[in-house]
Parts: sequence; structure tokens; C-alpha cells
Amino acid sequence: MNWFTKTFSSTIGRKIIMSITGLFLCSFLVVHLVGNLTLFRQDGGEAFNIYSHFMANNPIIRTMEFVLVAGFLFHIYDAIVLTRRNKAARPVGYANSHPEQNSTWSSRNMGLLGTIILVFLLVHLWNFFVPARFGGLEGVPNAEYLNLYSEVVLAFKNPIYVGLYVISMIALAYHLIHGFQSAFQSLGLTHKKYTPFIQKFGYAFSVLICLGFAAIPLYFFFFV
Amino acid sequence: MILDSKIPEGPLAEKWDKHKFNVKLVNPANKRKYDVIVVGTGLAGASAAATLGELGYNVKAFCFQDSPRRAHSIAAQGGINAAKNYQNDGDSVFRLFYDTIKGGDYRAREANVYRLAQVSVNIIDQCVAQGVPFAREYGGLLANRSFGGAQVSRTFYARGQTGQQLLLGAYSALNRQIAYGKVKMYPRTEMLDLVMVDGKARGIVVRNLVTGKIESHSAHAVVLATGGYGNVFFLSTNAMGSNATAAWRAHKKGALFANPCFTQIHPTCIPVSGDYQSKLTLMSESLRNDGRVWVPKTVEIAQRLRKGEIRVQDIKEEDRDYYLERKYPAFGNLVPRDVASRNAKLMCDEGRGVGASGLAVFLDFADAIKREGQPAIAAKYGNLFDMYAKITDENPYENPMRIYPAVHYTMGGLWVDYNLMTNIPGLYATGECNFSDHGANRLGASALMQGLADGYFVIPYTIGDYLAQNPTTKVTTDHPAFKEAEQAVIAKNNQLLSINGTRTVDDFHKALGLLMWDYCGMARNAEGLKFAKQEIRKLRDEFWRDVKVVGVNEELNITLEKANRVADFLELGELMVDDALNRNESCGGHFREEYQTPENEALRDDENYAYVAAWEFTGVGNDAILHKEDLKFENVKLTQRSYK
Amino acid sequence: MAGSNPNAKPMDLTLKVWRQKNRETAGAMVTYPVKGISPDMSFLEMLDVLNEDLLRSGQDPIAFDHDCREGICGMCSLYINGRPHGPERGTTTCQLHMRHFNDGDTITIEPWRAAAFPVHKDLVVDRSAFDRIQQAGGYVSINTGGVPDANAIPIGKSIADKAFDAATCIGCGACVAACKNASAMLFVSAKVSQLAMLPQGKVEAKTRVENMVAQMDIEGFGACSNTGACAAECPVGISLENIAIMNREYLSAKATSEHVA
Repeated sequence: MNWFTKTFSSTIGRKIIMSITGLFLCSFLVVHLVGNLTLFRQDGGEAFNIYSHFMANNPIIRTMEFVLVAGFLFHIYDAIVLTRRNKAARPVGYANSHPEQNSTWSSRNMGLLGTIILVFLLVHLWNFFVPARFGGLEGVPNAEYLNLYSEVVLAFKNPIYVGLYVISMIALAYHLIHGFQSAFQSLGLTHKKYTPFIQKFGYAFSVLICLGFAAIPLYFFFFV
Repeated sequence: MILDSKIPEGPLAEKWDKHKFNVKLVNPANKRKYDVIVVGTGLAGASAAATLGELGYNVKAFCFQDSPRRAHSIAAQGGINAAKNYQNDGDSVFRLFYDTIKGGDYRAREANVYRLAQVSVNIIDQCVAQGVPFAREYGGLLANRSFGGAQVSRTFYARGQTGQQLLLGAYSALNRQIAYGKVKMYPRTEMLDLVMVDGKARGIVVRNLVTGKIESHSAHAVVLATGGYGNVFFLSTNAMGSNATAAWRAHKKGALFANPCFTQIHPTCIPVSGDYQSKLTLMSESLRNDGRVWVPKTVEIAQRLRKGEIRVQDIKEEDRDYYLERKYPAFGNLVPRDVASRNAKLMCDEGRGVGASGLAVFLDFADAIKREGQPAIAAKYGNLFDMYAKITDENPYENPMRIYPAVHYTMGGLWVDYNLMTNIPGLYATGECNFSDHGANRLGASALMQGLADGYFVIPYTIGDYLAQNPTTKVTTDHPAFKEAEQAVIAKNNQLLSINGTRTVDDFHKALGLLMWDYCGMARNAEGLKFAKQEIRKLRDEFWRDVKVVGVNEELNITLEKANRVADFLELGELMVDDALNRNESCGGHFREEYQTPENEALRDDENYAYVAAWEFTGVGNDAILHKEDLKFENVKLTQRSYK
Repeated sequence: MAGSNPNAKPMDLTLKVWRQKNRETAGAMVTYPVKGISPDMSFLEMLDVLNEDLLRSGQDPIAFDHDCREGICGMCSLYINGRPHGPERGTTTCQLHMRHFNDGDTITIEPWRAAAFPVHKDLVVDRSAFDRIQQAGGYVSINTGGVPDANAIPIGKSIADKAFDAATCIGCGACVAACKNASAMLFVSAKVSQLAMLPQGKVEAKTRVENMVAQMDIEGFGACSNTGACAAECPVGISLENIAIMNREYLSAKATSEHVA
């Protein structure tokens, strides 16, 4: 191994990758949510469909898609490697353990939360990304774009999907509440002056982003 | 036997430099051909092992703890003295030397103490270079405080954890040599015998405390840095594992044991709370700067207080006896450790002690809190008050603390010459394990200084002198002397395991401790000492008849470990009593009730007892033979201490 | 003989203790009743009482590590009722007193659990992995003698204090025991950041952090999940900030050091 692979296969190196990919995925969430907010426009899905058409065809976006996939893959791969290593680090567990007295639930269950998010991601891709990218969407009359909006409406009339989406967003919120500030810690970006802000910002970010996403299925289920 | 202290000729201030020039050197290429064993990895041992490794010797280091970092040097709180004179308050090497000699009540060697004061300045430089985080001033330079009644501020400190930081510094230097392969470290390994070949120390026999395996290690020289023997008393401020076995077994192989009766009793410890008590906790003596020591004026009031019929607040001011202030108006509560300790015992003996057991006196901060306010007192002593509250569950801001003296340090130890070599060629003793620098009483912040002085700056020179005069030829552990020693160790272990009696090792240890405390503790007299000697012998006989040790040798066996140590304490205890009985004077920590001034102060006899009492082992149950090394004082005038 | 509190009633307790003969043998929890425990006893003194009873009845006493019993040597361990060093924050097992328990309580006592801390016997574990990590670089490479005068290296008080905070680590391993990943990051980072902060240690800061982290990984400790359990359970209050400092030091060392292998 050369120094580069050695660095990023060390425990700290892998945590650094987790942090960088995690923060990158956070930025994706922002972009994604901003785009999705077009769903709330009372225009029969026009803005949303234009937006999704843009996302599907813009070459920069398409390139970034690969980066995004890589981000997910590295994040997931390192999570698996680290989890396996962490489990191996304690082959015999405690008969009686009270971790709730020294740490938060979310910080101890990032793997579980991440798995929920992964399941959600697959369902989500199946619901929207696959039809949008690989055909299966109806066209919109007199327009160049396809009607992803109608898929959204359809999906979010299904209470199982709505439930899954909302639960997943709660999981995501908890994942981010720990993950956001944790990323800064892993990168060594701590400072007496800024760390309290990062922690508060991270909390607000996690809650707001996930509220925003969760509002969409609820909105369609109850109001559309 | 003639004891040759090998003190170099010439003026005091030049002895060490001259000696360093005169000692023989080992050719750098030859150093790797010499093996040195260091037993114990506290300040004295870790510093020696690291430095000898740096010089190029092959070092094997041993400790009974799970890591060299655990040695009990780590528990030292106060600080380390050095004659740096950074505070420009008139300190000098000579002043540190003088204070230490006087503090030791003139029972230490001038030349050794002067060298200690000289190298004290190098220690601080060394530790700072290692990254030891000493306290600093805002300007970035090192801070000092005055300690233990010294008139100059020469004590360097790292909060209340100076010992910890110094030990971790030495441990880091040791680790570096372990990483280089120059030191091979054997943790959880206890030395059980010294091996001599042709009259020279050539190795040790050890027990692996995890597997029980008895192993031998050979070398060209052996350094014992195994600490003190305060645990003879069962209850002391020492660590639970601190023991005398390595030093004692070396003594049984011929090394003289010097001044064993010189033990230091520290006055400000947390009292015993029950017969389950396993050790005693010391609180810095700085508490006496603001706390007032008192007991009830009458036995009757004390009794009612002990029974819980009255509260301490119910005792009127005129019913309180601030006995130190009454007896020593000039020094008051700040009298030296030995005086404060002895008077606390006197009060309790009179029946005026406090606490449920009656074995405690009050240390009262009420006046200080009234005068300065609670925040000011908390700023000075907060951590000590917290520690007290944690252990006793009492709030010392509201109730006076209860304190009692406890065994803390042993000034006696293996006899060594100026080179720190015992009378056995090739066997060295450093730190608390030897007797050399503190006389009859050790001053505060001097133990850390001595341990590091010996390990960093003395042994590396003097051991070279010995090795250079000895061939590089190795002995193997197949040598009959090793086999014989191994067999003896195994036989002893088997004997302990086979007795299967009714009393536990701790039972015997507690009984011994009580005897030592009652008759060879803060105050001694001939009658009591003679009685104790008989009782110790009886107890020892009973031990070998009735001790219960379970399990086998070939395992981690905590009872067997303890049994070996207590077996040695039972022999050492008798020697301490012999030494106390022999020394018909009072000096420092040794107070013989027959020898006191009309004002109950220690009465030294410089005419007849200005010597080191070095004892030769002649067999268990036989009286040891006394060898005297006369102490010559050419640079200080002997005076009687007075604190009135 | 009662202690400081004459009204304190003795307690009867049930202990569930991990017993294991040696590294090779499987262990199990064994239940022991103990009676007449004074609230003024320390936790280890309570175990002493049990051990004396076991011994008198010819049974093997419970092996546990302990030495100074003043909270500074770091030798005592014990996972008590689901937490390293028991229920009191900022307290080592030897300084934990029985008054924090109640009559009739059941107390579980387990060894530190980590692949890197194999059990020697009962509650005694092998923490030599910590020593090996320190040997990998937890020092300033200077020999005895030939160093500058102590005051030739001025160090700002705030840095000296911060370095001291990191240097107070007692190496007990509670951080590893508390961490769900059995990670040693807090322990390692305390030494890395102490020396990285001080001018004496800066000289070889890069190799130090590279080597110590490499050794930490070799020993089989888990990775840091930033749960903070380590710092919460640390008996001497080593701060999580040290881990961030180490991460920073590691990243910059890896990016800029000349070790290409």
C-alpha cells in the first residue's frame, strides 16, 4: 500500500472519508430539497416537471450524478468496513450495559439509521429515479418534458409510501443531528469560538431539511 | 565488615565533579556487551532504565504492575525541589543541601545530599525537555512555590499531580528505549530473589504474575528501584502492591539494610473509618497553613461527641484545645510533620480523640472561612476538600475535617555507598529503596528529586565505573547459582501453598501492621519494642503454620503474591524493631519516649548515634549484626530543633 | 466500628461477578451475596471483604487490578452496573464508595471488554496495548543530559494548562470500555495533543501521530464514532477536543510528511 491508500484505510482516514462524503451528501440534500419545493407550487406540476427535466438532461448535473453516486458508495462502503471493525473490536459484549448514561441514542445507532435511509433510498429511486431515467413516465401534453409530477401525486396517495417517507426522514434527521457536527470533529475542525455554532447550526439544519422533505408526502397525502 | 562509603576526597562542592572525572568509562562500542537489570519502574527505576538504554547498555526492566506507568511515584502530589533560584529569593545548591541535611535531623551523608542538591537543577531541565507540563507563570516561565516550611520558593509543581507528570515523563523516555529495543520491559513480573555468582550480583529470579512461571534473568549488574517498605504497617499511604520483597531478598543474600526504623508519619491523612480499611489517603500538608488543629478539652466531652450525644458545633470555644498553638506558640499549626503527628497521637492516647473510633483530631477551617470567605478557601484547597468529601461524605466547609497521621515514606533502605552500590558488588539501590539522602526525616518535595537524581544523573555514571572494571563475559541462567535460587523460590511458594491453614494473609498483615503501629510507630520505647519483637516472632511462626493460601503457583494467584510479600514484612518488621531498639536517641521520624527534652521534643544523641546503622542478615529468627558507618559533618553545624 | 457516619446502616448486596480462570478458558457471571457492607467502604474494600470470605471457605478470590487506591495510578478498572468505574462521574472505581448503593441492590461487575484487552483472569485485563501505542511515539526524542535550561523554553500559560489537561490521562482504559466500538481514540489523542501543543513535542509531531495511530489500529481498537461516551466516563475528564486535535494532526501529517511508504 502506498501512503495514500494507507491513510484512507486507517480508522481515522476512513472517518475522514465518512465526514467528507457525509458533508457532501448534506449539500446534495439542500439542492434536492430546494428543487423539490417546486412541488408546492399550485401549477399542476409544471415547475417541478421542468426542474426534473433539467436535472435529467443538464450535462453538469449528469456529471455530478456520478460524483454523488461515488459519495454514497464511499459513505456506505466505509460505514460497512468501520462497523465490521468496530464489532470485531469487542467480540465479547457486556452482560449489563447502560450506554444511555454516557451518550445519545442517535450517536450510537448511526448504522441502524443509515440502513433505514439506505432502504428508503432504494425505494425512492425505484419510485422516481428509475421511471424518470429509464422510461415509464407519461409525457406532458404540449411540452418537451415528461410528467414526473403525476408519479409523485400517485405515490403519495399511498399511505405505506407516505409512512415510509416520513419515518425515513425522522431517521435522516437523527442521522444528521449526530453526523453533521460529528463530521467537523472527525476533520479536526473544532474551535472554542465556532464549534458551539456548528453544533447548533447542525441541529437546525438536520431538523429543517428533514421537515422540508417530510412535508412533501404529507402535503400530497392530505391536501392534494 | 568495614563499610566504605567511597566518598570522594576534596571540598564538598567539588566531590561529584571530581568523581565523575575519576570514574572509569565503558567504551561506547563495549556498552552493548553489558546487560543491566532494573527492578521497579517508578521515578528511580524508569529514569535509570531509560538513561542506561540511551547510553547503549542492554537493559531489562521489571515491574509487578501491569504497566511501568502505574508505579506509586505517580501518587506524589506536592512537587519537586530544585535549587534553580528562579525566584531570586536566595536559594542555592548549598541552601538546598543545608535544608535537606537539617531536615533529616543530621542522619544523612553530607556528600550524597550535596550531590542531590547539585543535580536537582538538571532534573528540571530534563523534565521540561521531555514535555512535562510544570506550572507556569503568565510570562511563560516556570512557577515555583514554597513547600514544607522552606523559606525559599524552590518547589516546581504540576498542580497536585507532580509525581504523575514526572513519572509519565520518565515512562515516555523508557518507552522510547523499549521501542529502540535497548530496554526489554517485563510488566506483571515480580522479583523473588537475587542471584550472585562469585560474590557479585549477576541476576534475579522472577515470577510471571500472570502464568506463575518462575524465570531467571542474568546481567552484569542489578539495580533495585523498588521503593519503600511502608506497607509493613498494613495501613499506609503506599499503594496496595508496594512491597519490600525485592530489597528484603537482596538483604537476605547479603546486602545490608540501613536505618530501617526511620519511617515518616504524615500528619494530614484521612482517618481510618473501619476495620475493612485497606489504605490511607494523604492530603497535602499545605492544609495546615489555614486549618487549626484541635481536640475537645476534656475526655468527657470527647466521649459524648464520639457517641453522637453532642455535635461538634455544640462544643464551646473554651472547651476546645488548640494544642499545637498552645504548645508551640511560635510555629503553631505549622510545626514539622513528625511533631504534628506525635502530638495528634498524644491527644488520642489521652482519650480526647474524635470521630467514632476516637483516632482523629480536628482540622478546622471555620476561622479561615470567616476571615477570608469560603470562595478564597475553596480556591486554595478546593480539590483537597472535594477529595475529603468524596471519601468521608462530609462537607469540610461546614464541619471541621478529621485527620490522623499515617505512614507515608521510609527513609531507611538498602545501604549504599556514594556510587549507590550496596555492599554486594554489582547490586545498586536507588530512590526510596536506598537509605542515603533523607537521614531520619524527609522534607516535602524531596522524594521525587532523589528518585530522578539517582536514575537520570547518578547511576549512569557510577554503574559504568563498575562495569568498566568487570569483564563482558556473560553468565547464563543455566549456572547452578540460578538453578539453586529458582529451586529456593519454588520451594518457598510450594510451602506457602501447602500450609492450608485457617488465617488469611491479610489477617496476618493486619496483625503485623497493628503491632508495628503501636510499638514501632510514631513513638517507641524500649519496653514496647522488646514486646513487639517477641510478638512479631510469634506471629511469624504462626504465619508459617496457619496461613491460608489457595490455588496453585501456575496461575494469576493474588493470594500467593501477597503471601510472599507479607512473609518478608514479617521478617523486616523485626529488623525495624531491632533498629529502633538499638537507636537510643530520638531523631526525625524516630521518637523514643525515653529520649526527649523536658518539653517533649526529640533528643538527639550526636555523641553516640551519629552513624548509619547497617544490618547484616544472619538467618530468620537470629539477631542481625549491626555495622556502623560514622557520619562526618564538616560543612554543617549540628543543632537541636526547637519550634517553641 | 462505624465510620464517619454513625447512622449509616450496613448493607446486604448481591454481586454478579465475571469469573474466568484464564485467557483460554470461557468465563461466566457468578452470583455472590455480601452482607454487612458499610456505606463508608470503598468499592474495592467491599470486594476485599468478599475475597476474605471466599478465601476462608477455600475458594479462589476474585482477581481485580488495583494499586494506589487514590484514583491516580489508573490500575483499577471494573465495569460496574453497566458503566466503567461505576455510577459516579469523574471517579475511579477505587474512589467509588458504597454509599452510592442501596441495601438490597444487585451489582454487576464485569471486566473491560475489548479485543485489544484480553482477560487475564476474572476482572483483570491485559492493557499492554496501551503501552505499545505509547512506545510507538508517545515521547520527545531526547536523551538524558544536554538539554537547554528549563526556562529557555517559555510556554504560554494557557497552552501549558491545556497541555496539562491532556497530560492528566491515567491510562485506565475506561474510554475503551465505555466506547461502543472499543475505540482508544481518547487515550491516544490525549498524548498526541499534549505533545503537539508543546514546543518540545512539535519537532516530531508528524511522525508521532502517524506512528501512534498506526499502532492503535494494529492493536485492534475500533474507530471513533464521536459518541462522546469516552469523555463522559473518563475519570479525569480528558476532553473530546483532543480527538479533534489528533484528527487534525493526523490529516496534516499524512498530507505533508515525507513518509511515502
